[in-house]
Amino acid sequence: MILGVIEHDRGKLNEASLEMLTLARALGSPVEAVLLGADAAAFQETLKEHGVSKIYEAKHEGLGDYAPRAWGKSVAQLVRAKNPRAVLAAGTDRGNEVMAHAGALLGVPVASNCTEIRPQDGVFEVTRLRWGGSLLEDAELRADPKLLTVAPHAVSAEPAPAPEIAVEAFSPTLEEADWRVRVVAREEREQKGVPLTEAKVVVGGGRGVGSAEGFKILEELAELLGGAVGGSRVATNNGWRPHSDQIGQTGVQIAPDLYIACGISGAIQHIVGVKGAKYILAINKDPEAPIFQRADFGIVGDLHEVVPALIEEIKKVKGK
Amino acid sequence: MRVLVCVKRVPDTGARFELTPDGRDIDTRNLEFTISPHEECAVEEAIRLVEQHGGESAVLTLGPEAAAEQLREALAKGIDKGVLLETDGSEWDPAATAQAIAQAVRELESADGPFDLVLFGNESADAGYYQVGVRVADALDRPCVAGVKGLKVENGKAQARREASGGWEIYELPLPCVVTVKEGINVPRHPSLRGIMTAKKKEIRRLTPEKPAMQLVKKGLRKPPERGGECEILGEGVAAVPKAVEKLKEIGVI
Ligand SMILES: Cc1cc2nc3c(=O)[nH]c(=O)nc-3n(C[C@H](O)[C@H](O)[C@H](O)COP(=O)(O)OP(=O)(O)OC[C@H]3O[C@@H](n4cnc5c(N)ncnc54)[C@H](O)[C@@H]3O)c2cc1C
Ligand SMILES: Nc1ncnc2c1ncn2[C@@H]1O[C@H](COP(=O)(O)O)[C@@H](O)[C@H]1O
Repeated sequence: MILGVIEHDRGKLNEASLEMLTLARALGSPVEAVLLGADAAAFQETLKEHGVSKIYEAKHEGLGDYAPRAWGKSVAQLVRAKNPRAVLAAGTDRGNEVMAHAGALLGVPVASNCTEIRPQDGVFEVTRLRWGGSLLEDAELRADPKLLTVAPHAVSAEPAPAPEIAVEAFSPTLEEADWRVRVVAREEREQKGVPLTEAKVVVGGGRGVGSAEGFKILEELAELLGGAVGGSRVATNNGWRPHSDQIGQTGVQIAPDLYIACGISGAIQHIVGVKGAKYILAINKDPEAPIFQRADFGIVGDLHEVVPALIEEIKKVKGK
Repeated sequence: MRVLVCVKRVPDTGARFELTPDGRDIDTRNLEFTISPHEECAVEEAIRLVEQHGGESAVLTLGPEAAAEQLREALAKGIDKGVLLETDGSEWDPAATAQAIAQAVRELESADGPFDLVLFGNESADAGYYQVGVRVADALDRPCVAGVKGLKVENGKAQARREASGGWEIYELPLPCVVTVKEGINVPRHPSLRGIMTAKKKEIRRLTPEKPAMQLVKKGLRKPPERGGECEILGEGVAAVPKAVEKLKEIGVI
């Protein structure tokens, strides 16, 4: 049996779980799923559509809202009881956290953020992300049971209906100490303008921008194109932009139609955040900057002259 | 308050990765070394907490002798003590790393008293297993939350904030506890000249953990397909602007 850990937030399914199930089905059958802190009824149809033949519905008062250790311990107990060949979750914040707890309790490592899994006798050959996706690692997972998480967007979610789906309740044994770490409150974030991760055009600024003030022209350009502003780690570390604007390995990953990189050298840890961009326009005064090897279009020049000229020209074209 | 922070030495790869001819490793011959930005923030958080509440901070790494360099950097910023779990520099899987760190924490605590807080990065820069901190917490039977971008310690409790879709999740943990940190929680300081001088005199304790059998074994590294295509240079300076605007029209963003 292959077991999938279904991720949800207060009953709302995380789509990355369906990508995980697509990969899980390639490892063997049956594919079964464990659901924590939610009723199986709401998920039954979708999971059946994606090849799940049984849902283990964990019932416990400690599984109300998200509680990482209680979720991980429940998974570990189910694994001990049912002996799946492999256990998979989505490679998200929660998926990796729950599997880390399960792995710790079961005494086996987790192969996290896999993009490919090739089962061999007793060993799984996996390909997983390293350096935030800048490199791929081929590795051997020798442990038993095999715990893995699937890198988001590594495969697309394909439905493959199971003939039937059963629901089996199970009651994990949890102590209060297991669920004392849980979400106790939430705060909504106020959002000004288009969110960076959804913008069709992103104007990114790096060291070349020089100051928080310097970002004004980038903001103007972004506004003109209906986009958002982001930055490199140098820009956020210098306090020119809030960290939530950082693009790259330890920031956000974006996939706009156009990314305009201004005064950014093009370090791999930055570029990994814009791999999904359709087009990249680089503005940099150094013709040798690595960004020109990754961009589609380039302007060699001082951004403090080029960006204002660009703004004027776009205004002209737009008839403003 | 006593705070321990765990960091990992990794190559500072710069603009692109060069692999060794056998494809097993990054060619580090011309590279400097660093730690993950998340861990830099964890170091900063440890220093701030001790500045605020008094007490002592320590930094720990499992790695080759050369990783003492990363400990010295943290000591130069204001961490009080260093601990090096010395290895031959070969790769350890996350279960083995966590086991060795947990064992070291037990030893350090029996000598000098318990740590109220053990800090980690959310993920290491190179391997990105996303699990060593959580595993150490479970091995020590301490509460833990991962991916934290806001931390307050008060009255024997830690309040941790973590970014989730559209907002923040808030967690409360009793001390002693374990927290893994994400970049953005603070802006790390640079070491001062005086810090660099005093760091040379600070103590680094060395322990030699035994390497168990690995259950997750790296076989090789590959570069993923890169963004293809040639870069079309549109020109120099403002003279290139009309052509650039033509392109923006062509691709449909104007
Ligand atoms: C583990 C790890 C994770 C990291 N994660 C991230 C991440 O998530 N995001 C990220 O961005 N970085 C990240 N980094 C840092 C990354 O390696 C680079 O240091 C960083 O991206 C460089 O930022 P930059 O391009 O703004 O600065 P620089 O590399 O200093 O480049 C500045 C560029 O601006 C150009 N320039 C200067 N003045 C002008 C001007 N007036 N007009 C036009 N061009 C000008 C220069 O020619 C140069 O090319 C990470 C590093 C590590 C080790
Ligand atoms: N070799 C190591 N020595 C010390 N700390 C480590 C080591 N490897 C990982 N860590 C810590 O554990 C965190 C998570 O690592 P990982 O599970 O590899 O993604 C890192 O950010 C570090 O804080």
